[in-house]
Amino acid sequence: MIPISYYLVLSGILFVCGVLGFLIKRNIITIFMSIELMLNGVNLSFVAFAAQRHALSGQVFVFFVMVVAAAEAAVGLAIIIAVYRTRETLNVDQVNLLKL
Amino acid sequence: MFHLILFLFFGAICVAGAVNLLVQSHPINSALSLIVVMASLAAEYLLLGAEFVAAVQVIVYAGAIMVLFLITIMLLNAGKEERTKGSRVATVLGIPGVMIAAVLVLWTLVGRSSTTHLVSIGALWGAPKDIARLLFHDFLLPFEVTSILILIAIMGAVVLASRPEAIARPHHSSRTPEETRELAAAGLAETGKDR
Repeated sequence: MIPISYYLVLSGILFVCGVLGFLIKRNIITIFMSIELMLNGVNLSFVAFAAQRHALSGQVFVFFVMVVAAAEAAVGLAIIIAVYRTRETLNVDQVNLLKL
Repeated sequence: MFHLILFLFFGAICVAGAVNLLVQSHPINSALSLIVVMASLAAEYLLLGAEFVAAVQVIVYAGAIMVLFLITIMLLNAGKEERTKGSRVATVLGIPGVMIAAVLVLWTLVGRSSTTHLVSIGALWGAPKDIARLLFHDFLLPFEVTSILILIAIMGAVVLASRPEAIARPHHSSRTPEETRELAAAGLAETGKDR
């Protein structure tokens, strides 16, 4: 028996790591991975609250979050490929114009 | 006690992977440590009793999405991250911001009566049958909407990642059919894989 707050603290740590990576990383792919890390942290808190309330709909919401994350990853990586094709760089500091 | 030991073990792996993602400068190393984070999170879901979510986590996240990431990193031949001047400004602003966010999260979580609720191992009893009933009865409309979302995402990914000339080619091909036939007669045309 452990308190639910342990899970919430773990999910908070993961979320904060994601925010930190989003802010300090310069590689566009690593920034994208930090976003996935934040989504994972939120999923953990969803499941923890579902376990607290004995509500299965929390798990269904995690499923929907994963579906949206999959769609986001597909489109985002396609955008990254398009960016790399036109600019030949993955550094976000050099990608500062929408138009070439 | 057993629950606490398992939680701390997988939680430590999880946090170590997340920190490693931040420390590594090569995107491949970051992606591999993100896989570690996702796999240990699947173990945490199993500890809570969410078997369906744990399986989907391994299949969709650690499987499909991370393979997509790794393929993109290898396709673009992404090298070491270069540090630039702009990133120092982001570090100066980012670290205090993250500290404030962490303090806010901890302040919200610790000491509330609702968060000291105890959960036992496998507390969330979720057989796939019950989740399927929820998914296909109560959440049928969102489920169908996500299928449309996935379809749109697939089409968007194909359109964005394909080369511009590959889409525009049928309309203004650089060679007329007559020229292609002449080149083929001369044995010069690369048939089939012509771009």
